[in-house]
Amino acid sequence: IASLVMYLFAEFDDAANLLAANPDATTISIDEPVEIPKTQHGRLQEPGREEDDELLGTDDSDKTELLAGQKKSAPFWTFEYYQTFFDVDTYQVLDRIKGSVFPVPGKNFVRLYIRSNPDLYGPFWICATLVFTIAVSGNLSNFFIHLGKPTYHYVPEFRKVSIAATTIYAYAWLVPLALWGFLMWRNSKVMNIVSYSFLEIVCVYGYSLFIYIPTAILWIIPQKVVRWVLVMFSLCLSGSVLVMTFWPAVRDDNRRIAVATVGTIVLLHALLAVGCLAYFFDAPEVDFPAPIIPAHNGTTVITKSH
Amino acid sequence: FAGLADVSISEDIPVEGEITIPVGSRSPDEDYSTLDEPVRDTILRDLKAVGKKFVHVMYPKKSSALLRDWDLWGPLVLCVSLALMLQGGSADSKDDGGPQFAEVFVIIWFGAVVITLNSKLLGGTISFFQSLCVLGYCVLPLTVAMLVCRLVLLAGSGTVSFIIRLIVVVAMFGWSTLASTAFLADSQPPNRKALVVYPIFLFYFVISWMILTFTPQ
Repeated sequence: IASLVMYLFAEFDDAANLLAANPDATTISIDEPVEIPKTQHGRLQEPGREEDDELLGTDDSDKTELLAGQKKSAPFWTFEYYQTFFDVDTYQVLDRIKGSVFPVPGKNFVRLYIRSNPDLYGPFWICATLVFTIAVSGNLSNFFIHLGKPTYHYVPEFRKVSIAATTIYAYAWLVPLALWGFLMWRNSKVMNIVSYSFLEIVCVYGYSLFIYIPTAILWIIPQKVVRWVLVMFSLCLSGSVLVMTFWPAVRDDNRRIAVATVGTIVLLHALLAVGCLAYFFDAPEVDFPAPIIPAHNGTTVITKSH
Repeated sequence: FAGLADVSISEDIPVEGEITIPVGSRSPDEDYSTLDEPVRDTILRDLKAVGKKFVHVMYPKKSSALLRDWDLWGPLVLCVSLALMLQGGSADSKDDGGPQFAEVFVIIWFGAVVITLNSKLLGGTISFFQSLCVLGYCVLPLTVAMLVCRLVLLAGSGTVSFIIRLIVVVAMFGWSTLASTAFLADSQPPNRKALVVYPIFLFYFVISWMILTFTPQ
């Protein structure tokens, strides 16, 4: 056993010497097959990321690069590997949520808030909250809309929770996967300055869904105009976060492809919002045509025309 | 054994001791050997442990019984009874009704597992089954709320009954969340407590929602 240990030490010494002689060499370690694309990627991006400091606002892109290289070093079958994705404190999560709700024009969400520390806590629990918020709000809204009718019998509509869960988790994980694959493919053809890892894309998508939580609660209000104004507003906010994140990643590409990519991102986001509104929330009652009819025959507030 | 022939014990070293095991003295093993006791004793002991934990949940103070001697019987009993009481709701079609038995089961157990994993991934020091045990036992106030709701619904299902049910469910939801937080929050790193407490809040909120929206046929 002692000889095995000495052999291992000798190996490490060799590796350290080689690395000291040539610090830019990418090293390959056998027990970390998953980490290679990330670290190689990171080193290639180093000169490029300096140029994007105008988006960053502070100057520690070097430090974050080093930290990113050192951070995720556990093999992917250990628990510690997954703990690195939950390495956030409360204030960091709150900051990221704030950054997704109040997008600063010109500042990139990933650079400003994620900074090579993508977490899975935010995306997962924001999606979970959104699922239950949409289901509960939809149920409440339907209850209030149909309240006055004598034939209405309240049902909890629990099946819609599973549908909501499938939809939202599929959106929050499959769309980033497709987008990441697409960006990788374009990256191999056109050398983009900015590119993101899969987790960073998942992070952006997850945090950008946060604005839909208060929107879903406000969708209880059974006015069509109010609902559509809310859709537009939240779409603008979260769409702008996504656009400002992904525009730098595609702007060096062919113009039409860049615009098509960003357009598809916004379109899918809009489809999610409109689809949820249409499926989970029944249409509010049509206005009664004659407003002079006194409202004492069982009509509720919502049927008041305006 | 050729080498042993040379070994001899010198005569001036006394060799003493007893070879026979004294009859009637209790070796430590006998305290934990429960194979010979009557089945009733075994069951009663487990029931007493479960009952003691129920009491600890209803009056949450720092007690180590819930954490140290975890068991999953209590959560199982609570989950099954809650799922059973949530059956029989009104539904025009199967799609519109309340949660099915399997759905309640999955939500409670899968939700507890996810919350436990979440707290461990965030750096918590509590063990997996201890956390499951606490989360399962803290469903007790909500099960009591479900019982009360069903009794109130027997009397009538108008606005007054809804208000009573709402108050009871909200109170029990607060009790559950506070009880589980009291047990679980200490094992978390201090700057991540809110990150761990929020999923627990969400978990009990969903269960409370299922209880509150239960409407009988």
